[in-house]
Amino acid sequence: MKLFDENINTAKDLTEIKKPEFLKCSECGREILKELVHSNLSTCVYCGYLFRVPAKNRIDMIADKETFIEIGAEKTSTDPLNFPDYPDKLEKAKEASGMNEAIITGICKIGGYKAGLAVMDSYFMMGSMGQMVGEKITDLAEECTKQNLPLIIFSASGGARMQEGIISLLQMSRTTAALNRMHDAGLPYLSVLTNPTTGGVTASFAMQGDIIISEPKALIGFAGPRVIQQTVKDKLPEEFQTAEFLLKQGMIDRIVERRELRTVLAQILSLH
Amino acid sequence: MQAYIPQADNIEISAAWKKVQTARMQNRPQSRDYINALCQDFFEVKGDRCLGDDDAIVTGIGRINETVFTIIGQQKGITIEEKKACSFGMANPEGYRKSMRAIRQAEKFNRPILTLIDTPGAFCGIKAEEKGQGTVIAEHLQLIASAKVPVIAVVLGEGGSGGALALALSDKLALLENSYFSVISPEGCASILFKDSSKAQLAAESLCLTPDDLIKFGIADDIIKEKPGYSRENMAYTVYKVKQKIKEYIDELSSYSGEDLVKRRYEKLLNMKGFNN
Ligand SMILES: [Zn+2]
Repeated sequence: MKLFDENINTAKDLTEIKKPEFLKCSECGREILKELVHSNLSTCVYCGYLFRVPAKNRIDMIADKETFIEIGAEKTSTDPLNFPDYPDKLEKAKEASGMNEAIITGICKIGGYKAGLAVMDSYFMMGSMGQMVGEKITDLAEECTKQNLPLIIFSASGGARMQEGIISLLQMSRTTAALNRMHDAGLPYLSVLTNPTTGGVTASFAMQGDIIISEPKALIGFAGPRVIQQTVKDKLPEEFQTAEFLLKQGMIDRIVERRELRTVLAQILSLH
Repeated sequence: MQAYIPQADNIEISAAWKKVQTARMQNRPQSRDYINALCQDFFEVKGDRCLGDDDAIVTGIGRINETVFTIIGQQKGITIEEKKACSFGMANPEGYRKSMRAIRQAEKFNRPILTLIDTPGAFCGIKAEEKGQGTVIAEHLQLIASAKVPVIAVVLGEGGSGGALALALSDKLALLENSYFSVISPEGCASILFKDSSKAQLAAESLCLTPDDLIKFGIADDIIKEKPGYSRENMAYTVYKVKQKIKEYIDELSSYSGEDLVKRRYEKLLNMKGFNN
């Protein structure tokens, strides 16, 4: 094995070699090569900790090979409020993620069953929901209604995108309207909660699924834990706002291991 | 490119910040004041038949201009005792569940719904989370969106985030002149995005939260003027204006069937897109 590519022979080329990126596991503290993490279902090879999954990787995990057809890839925030510093943050998020928005939407097959699939990406501005995230969800739901397809949404979001103000809040109503139309057409909507699902996303489509499942240990809540900690003197309960806690409270149907998700989703689709 | 961040001291007291301050004024009329002034025969309905009652949301039945409405109003409280009982206007899951009970009854009896919005936001706390604050707001949105009766919403003061939005999804949305509607409080936005809570004025300006902004975006239908000196003691003129607006709305909405109302509501919402600066 050659250590260096023969084509790289100038100083300029050398600076262009990408430095390996490491992710630190919040459970065991080990540093792991980013590629290694994401090629292993975004799971820590040492302790099994679940890293947040980039949307593209999630689609590879869930959709049958080469069946995913993306819709609305070009959609990107228009900065509707002309909000200070926002264009800069957007540019950085786009550059780092190679995506135009905090969600990927499209139509695919899962275990042979055709379905709409929307996957939020928490690496893009914390998966916050602005105009275009809302629009991509409503467009997909409308497409599902038109084509008579079930819909699956993987939520991962810090909530509404503050930089889009009232227009981001409006997306809670708009996604509700589009999902209600699917509901009226008798089409199933499966909501999958992943770490973290909070704020305006929890208070709208994430909790509107006919069936709601979650990945283990995902943080799920309306208010963020820091906000709640400010309101009480005591320490927050151990399992507070985790998927396991929500299951006990009767808020979700089941917790599903990451490697089982595809099979379980196919099973649910087969029952509808 | 250097990002432009206006400094708080560049701006004199901004118009948006003034609206926020006025919307929060102590002696500003609240939902109960409006209910008493709008209808003489209000019957209050209490409890969600599941978890309990919540004073932060008042629900009941009352006649306004010859039409019997289901009224759902957010109440912040006047006295310190009432404020505590109302959690300062921040409703808990039982409040939203009570409101859902009222909406179902409105549908059963084919009564139009009037919501009065005035809240800093839904309550944030351990108990609220345990009882599913997110779930209940999500379900409230689903239910009010699909209600086969006219839904009219009036923002009296504060329209704080998802907790206000749950009651604002409607066929007609009017805002009092000195009210605001925002995804987050200006103070919250300032401390998170500008890392400086003293920049609340700048945040208020940037968030586009005034009634004029909402009209500009086509999210709200009307602004209702307030008479100078508008207060709990001096609200007759504004109540008259609100009453007129409700009549105008109901006259228009009564011509549609329940199915048509829902269809139009969905279409209106789904067409609210393409915003840019
Ligand atoms: Zn680990």
